[in-house]
Order: sequence, then C-alpha cells, then structure tokens
Amino acid sequence: MTLRNRWRQSLSFFMLTLTGICAVVAVSLLFLILGDLFYNGWRSVDWDFFTKLPLPPGETGGGMANAIVGSIEIVLLATIMGLPVGFMAGVYLSEFGGKTFAFLVRYMADLLNGVPSIVIGIFVWIVVVRRYHFSAYAGGIALALILIPITARSTEQFMNAVPQTLREGALALGASKWKTIATVVVPAAYRGIATGMILGVARISGETAPLLFTSLNNQFWGAGLRDQTASLPVMIYSHAMSPYDDWHRQAWAAGLVLLIGVLFANVAARLILSRGIAVQK
Amino acid sequence: MSPKEHMIMSSANLPSASPAAGKPVEHQGKLKAVNLNFYYGAYKALHDISLEVQANKITALIGPSGCGKSTFLRTLNRICETIPKTRVEGQVLLDDEDVLRVDVTALRRRVGMVFQKSNPFPKSIFDNVAYGLKVNGFRGSLKDAVEHSLKRAALWEEVQDKLQKSAYALSGGQQQRLCIARALAVDPEVLLLDEPCSALDPIATAKIEDLLFTLKDQCTIVIVTHNMQQAARVADRTGFFLLGKLIEYNTTEIIFKNPTKQETEDYITGRFG
Repeated sequence: MTLRNRWRQSLSFFMLTLTGICAVVAVSLLFLILGDLFYNGWRSVDWDFFTKLPLPPGETGGGMANAIVGSIEIVLLATIMGLPVGFMAGVYLSEFGGKTFAFLVRYMADLLNGVPSIVIGIFVWIVVVRRYHFSAYAGGIALALILIPITARSTEQFMNAVPQTLREGALALGASKWKTIATVVVPAAYRGIATGMILGVARISGETAPLLFTSLNNQFWGAGLRDQTASLPVMIYSHAMSPYDDWHRQAWAAGLVLLIGVLFANVAARLILSRGIAVQK
Repeated sequence: MSPKEHMIMSSANLPSASPAAGKPVEHQGKLKAVNLNFYYGAYKALHDISLEVQANKITALIGPSGCGKSTFLRTLNRICETIPKTRVEGQVLLDDEDVLRVDVTALRRRVGMVFQKSNPFPKSIFDNVAYGLKVNGFRGSLKDAVEHSLKRAALWEEVQDKLQKSAYALSGGQQQRLCIARALAVDPEVLLLDEPCSALDPIATAKIEDLLFTLKDQCTIVIVTHNMQQAARVADRTGFFLLGKLIEYNTTEIIFKNPTKQETEDYITGRFG
C-alpha cells in the first residue's frame, strides 16, 4: 500500500469518526434534557399537580391545574384562529398563486417564521393588551401569529407534492378547479398537511416569550378568557426564577409534563406521515 | 331505468350539454381545428393546424416525440390551459361551436381524456369511477352507473369483488382501463387518449385496443400514439405531425400504404423518428 493510499484511508477514517461523534452529541442532547427532567421532575408529577392550584411561597404542595387548563385554552384559541388561515393561505400559494403576489406572500411567511417570538409578544402587547387587558385571547392571538406561517408553508409544500397528473385527471372529468382541490388534491395530501399542523401546534405550545406579554400569569383560576391566564411555559419561567425550593420542584414537574405533551404530538405526527402521502410513487 | 338512460337524462339536465348529445350523426365532422396555433411562452409549438375529426371514427395522431401531437390533443378539451404562459390562436369547434365559448367544465364533460400515465385518484375503485358523476351532479344509482362504466371498459369481471379496494392495488393495465372507465362514466361524446398504452405490456395494450373498437359506436375517439403499428391497427384516419405541423391527414390506409408527402413516407418506413 502506498503512502498516499494510507493517508487517504486514515483521513477517511478520521472524518467518519468526527461526524459520528457529532451525530452522537446531537442525539444525546435530547436524552440528556429528557433524563434531567425525568430525574428532577417525576417525583413531583402526582395527582395534586394536575388538580390543585399553586400555593403561596413557603407552603409545600399544591399543583398547576390552572396552568394546564390555561395552556390548553390558549393553544386551542391559537389553533382555531391560526390553522384555518394558515391552511387556506397554503392552498392559495400552492394552487392559485400567480407570480408576484404569491412570491410576496411566501417571502413574508418565511420572514414571519423567522421573527423572534418575543417580538411577536411585544407586538400583540401594543396592539391588543394595551387597549384591553392581559388575557387568554391576547395569548391566543400571539401564538396564532406564529402558527399561521408555519401552517401555510407546510400545507403548500405537501400540496405541491401531489402530482399534476391527478389534478388534470379531475379537471378532464369536468371538475371545477375548486372541486379538484377539495376532492382530489387535499385528500391526497391530507396526511402531510395534518402532520404539519400537529408539529405547528406542538411548536407553539412550548412558546414562553409571547405569553409573558399577552396572557401573563395567574396564581388562581382566571375569570374567563378575558382575564390574565396561567400557562405551563410561563409558570415554569416564574417558578424557576423564584428562590423557593418547592416552586423549583413544581417547575421541573411542569417542564416534564410539557415536554411529554410535545413529544407525544411529535411522535403522533411522525406516525401519520410515515404512512406516506397517499399518492402512488 | 338502465344506467345508460340515467346518464342520458342527466346530460339532458345539464344546461350546456349539446342537443345532439348521445346520438351523434354518423361520419360528420365532430371536432374541428381551424388554423390552430399554440405557444408555450414565446415558443410556437403548433403551426396552423387544420384537422377535422369524424364522428364515431378512431382518429390516430402519430409523429416523433416533441412533434406537437399531445399538445394538439390537449387543446381539444382545453386542458392545455392548466399550464401557465400558454396561448392558443385559431379555433377548435365541437359540433360547430367554438370550444372557447363553451363553459370549460361542460366541455370537458363532453370531451373526456385518458392520459399517458394512468392517474387514478387515491381513492377506492368505486369512487374513482363515480368521481366524474358526483362532480357533475349525477342523480340516480351510482352503483349501476359504476358497474355499467366498468363493463364498458372491460374491467368489471376483474374488479367486481374489490370495488372498495384502493385503485393503486390494480396492475398498470387495469389502472389504465380504470381511467378509461372513469372517463366513460360521464358518457363523453369524444374520448381523447394521450399515448394510453405507452407504459403497458402487449397483452394489456391489446385489451385496450379491443376496447377502442367496441367504444367507437358510442363515441368519437382521438388517440395519440408513437406506436405506428397501433395506429395502423386501430385507426380509421391518421394524421402525421412533424415539428409542430400537420404534414398529412388522410385515411389510415392511404397514410400507411400510399402517403403523398415524402416526410410521411420517411417516418412510416422508419428512416427517422
């Protein structure tokens, strides 16, 4: 074996090892976070955590029932507001978009995707909260603003993956464009679209910064959606920043519950997608 | 009431269906192209095509790849409009009516199309055939109509036990016949076929060719093919396209045995293409 060959082989081995190590680091980070959360949080995830209100500092026990319900309320509001708009915008981009306007919408959606979520929080604070009040509605609006571009772009991409021949097949039978989209294109892409939606909702349910400015927090059950509302991410933030050991314990538990929820949604989304786009290859 | 009667009734209910629907007059010009030009952007794909398709005949369009025969076919039911930046000049007449004046969905119901690559919808076999009926507001027994269409496409025997299975479970040849059944379900007056057998083996091809013979009593057929033997076997009339021009159009016998143009003869005898 020549020196040159030996050099090539050792370089190849070195690069393989290097990339392998980096891959392991990338994956193990998730497990480190998960493990840490489990280690610190699992003892505190009990019945009380899901059913009781937070207690004042100094007292031990209590739970985060209001934050769990609040999170669900806010995410649900965001979903109701954001998914239809994002979905329809995605349909427009994929099926109707001309050149200039569609390019503009697509570009804006990507920009909006990249806006730091705290900026969105401040924006909603200025537009909504300053006029009315901290509320679940304001939180929902902030999260919907994050959800819309995610949904629009993923819907567009999965609908673009539907072969043009299927559209032509429907059009050639005398279906209108709208009928073709509603009865052929969307059904062919629905798994991908649903996956994108679940991932989007999972993404917004972990957002903290936009909620700090909009739904704020609440140690008690709020007086409805117009009142400031507790949520798990904000609760984690406030409890973790506090000097009380028992609040730290609760924050770990909240983090664990939130992460399991998001993981569950992710796995569900992957399962739906792994069955493939319903189109023959 | 038979499914066929159902369909005639349903087509009579549709406002834009022609009065002649269902009973075309023998051997008349059903579909006419008059000085047709077609552009993809700045590129001119069809040059001044004039051609008359006779009712209840099979018309084959042959020519080398890229000669414009598929493009021409796609102007006949205006499916070419789905491609952006294209432009048509000249006229296409269906029963002497300009197709641009006909509502496009009504036109496509009257002029059905089968594509080169079979394109069943990701739905059950039944729903595939029923699709055209449903979108056209068909009232009546879908079950009978689907059975009737599958029988017309000579597919019923093979699929009658698995109508609820996915269309993708079928073989390539069966899928193509399913697409023909789907097109026949709305009872079109004209059926356009764009190289329907190019992805099929000889047995499946023979089945589809047999099918075309049985269908021509009921509708007018235009088939694009790059297989000259196929044109010779099935067509009453044949048009030869080259570089976006219609070189020669005549009865199949004349085109294959005694063409008047040198280019046609060169192509038929295999000197190019």
